[in-house]
Amino acid sequence: MGKRVLLIEDEPNIIEAISFILSRDGWTVHTHEDGTSAMAKVLALPPDVIILDVMLPGRSGFDILRDLRDNEVTKATPVMMLTARGQDKDRELAMRLGASLFMTKPFSNEEVRNHVRNLMEA
Amino acid sequence: MSSGSLVGSRIREKRLDRGLRQAAVAETVGISPSYLNLIEHNRRRIGGKLLADLARVLEVDTALLADGAEREMLDEMRSAAASMGDRVEVERTEELAARYPGWGALIALQARRIAALEEKSRILTDRISYDPQLAGSLHEVISAVSAIRSTASILVGPEDIDSDWQRRFHENIHSDSLRLANSSEALITYLEAPEAVLEHSGSPFEAVEAYLAKSGFHVAALENGADPAIIAKEAGLQGPAEKVLLRVLEVYADDAAALPLAAFEKTARTLNYDPAALAQSLDARLPQVMRRLAQLPPQRGHPPMGFVVCDASGALILIKSVPGFSMPRTGGACPLWPLYGALSRPHQPIRVDVQMPAPNATRFLCFALAEPVGPVVFDVPSALQSMMLVLPDPPESGSEPQGVGLSCRICPRPACRSRREPAIGGVGPKSEL
Repeated sequence: MGKRVLLIEDEPNIIEAISFILSRDGWTVHTHEDGTSAMAKVLALPPDVIILDVMLPGRSGFDILRDLRDNEVTKATPVMMLTARGQDKDRELAMRLGASLFMTKPFSNEEVRNHVRNLMEA
Repeated sequence: MSSGSLVGSRIREKRLDRGLRQAAVAETVGISPSYLNLIEHNRRRIGGKLLADLARVLEVDTALLADGAEREMLDEMRSAAASMGDRVEVERTEELAARYPGWGALIALQARRIAALEEKSRILTDRISYDPQLAGSLHEVISAVSAIRSTASILVGPEDIDSDWQRRFHENIHSDSLRLANSSEALITYLEAPEAVLEHSGSPFEAVEAYLAKSGFHVAALENGADPAIIAKEAGLQGPAEKVLLRVLEVYADDAAALPLAAFEKTARTLNYDPAALAQSLDARLPQVMRRLAQLPPQRGHPPMGFVVCDASGALILIKSVPGFSMPRTGGACPLWPLYGALSRPHQPIRVDVQMPAPNATRFLCFALAEPVGPVVFDVPSALQSMMLVLPDPPESGSEPQGVGLSCRICPRPACRSRREPAIGGVGPKSEL
C-alpha cells in the first residue's frame, strides 16, 4: 500500500482531479469534505501528508491546522494548505500556525504532485 | 460682552451702545417691541431681511450680527487647517473669513466634501475587505477555475485515461463552467452595485440627524400620536439609517406620550427650561425631560438648545448642534465635555457652566446624565449612554465657568491636562502632551 494522503476539501471536482493526479503518482488518497469532523478523520487514519483547504464548511482550515499542531499524533505531519491566490494574510497565518507549505488556487497539477512528493521526502 | 455672544445679544448690545430705545428700533423695522425683546433674548431666531434691517438701523454690518453661521464656518476652516498641520496660518482664520467670506465658505464646504469622500472611501474599502458576499463570490470563481484548470490539464496530458474517466472529467468541466458563469455574473452584479451602496453611504447617524434637523428635531406627527414605524418608513432613509431613525423615533414617541407638548412647553417656559425643576414639577424622569427640551418646536420662542448622546466608547450617536458648540462626528471631541464626565458617574446628573476658548469665549450651560439603556440583565454589562443638553448664553452664575473646547487639534488652551494631541500651529501650544 502506498503512502497515504488525506485531502480535506469541499469542492467535489477539485477532490476528483487531485485524487486522480495523486493516485496516478502512487498515493493512496483519502478525502474528507467537512471541517467539523476533519480532526477525527485525521486521527482515525492517520495520513502521511495532509492537504487542507482554508474555507471548509463547519470549521476553517486554520482551526484544524491549530489542532493538528497541538496534537501529539499529528504535530509533525506535513500539512499543505490550499489558499486562494492574492490572500496574503491567509498565507501568513497558515505559516504562522505551522503549515509546511501552501499552495494557491488555481494550481497546476504539476505543483500538486511536486509539493506532495517534496513534503514526503522532507 | 464677548464677541461670541448670540445674534440677539449682539443686537441688544449694539442698540444699547447707540442709546436707542427698543420700541423705536422695533417700529423702524416694522415689528412689535415684544418681538424685538424676544429676539434680543435669543428666543427668536432671525435672519434674512429682518436681520439686514436691524443691522441697518444699528449701523453695523449684517455679518457682524449673524455670527452663529460665521462661528460654525470658522470652526470648519480651523478643522480643515488641522489636516495640513503647521503649514496653515490658523491664527489668521478670522481675518481670512472676514476679508474673503466667499473663500472662507468655500474652504468650509470643501472640508465637508473631503470628509464625505473619505467616508465613502472607507465604506468601499470595508466592503472589499470584509464583505462576506464578495468573499463568497470570489471563492466560487476561484474554486470553479481551479477545478477546470486541473481537470482540463488531466485531459490534455500525456497519460492514457480510460473512457469512463474521460466522460466523468468532461462532465465535471461542463458543470464547473456553468458554475463559473453564474458566479462571474454574481460578481459583476456585485461590482456594479457601489453606486447604490454609496448613495446611502455616510454614517447612519448623520443621515438621521440630517432628517431630524429639517424640522429642528421636532417631529410634529409624533406629538399627535403617530406610529414611529410609519414615520421612519416615510422618511426615505434606507438600511441602517432607517433602523437608527426608528429607534430614535420610538423613544421620542414614548417621551411625547409621557410628557405631552402643550403642558410641557408651558411648564418649560415657566421654569426657565431648567431640566431638574421640570422633572420635579412634572414628576418625570430627568432623561425624558432633557430629550423633550431638545425636541421643543423651533419658531415658538424657545431658546436654541443643543443635544448630544454618546455611547460608552464616547462615540457620538446623536448630535443636535447649537451655534458655537460644534460637535465633531469624527476625530474626537473635547474630553472635558460634561457628556464624558457623566459616563464615569452613571445616574448622577451633572450641571456645568462651560466656556469655549477665546476669541468666541461663548458660555453654555450643560446638563449631562449617563444611564444604562435597554433591559438590565444579571452578569451582562449594561449598554451605557450619556446625554448632554446644551443651553447657550446662560445667566451669569457668579462662579468661573469650566473651560472646554471643541477638539484638541483646534483648541488653544495652553495648559489643558486633558489634551490628547498637540494643537495645530497657530491655535495653541505646539506641545502639550
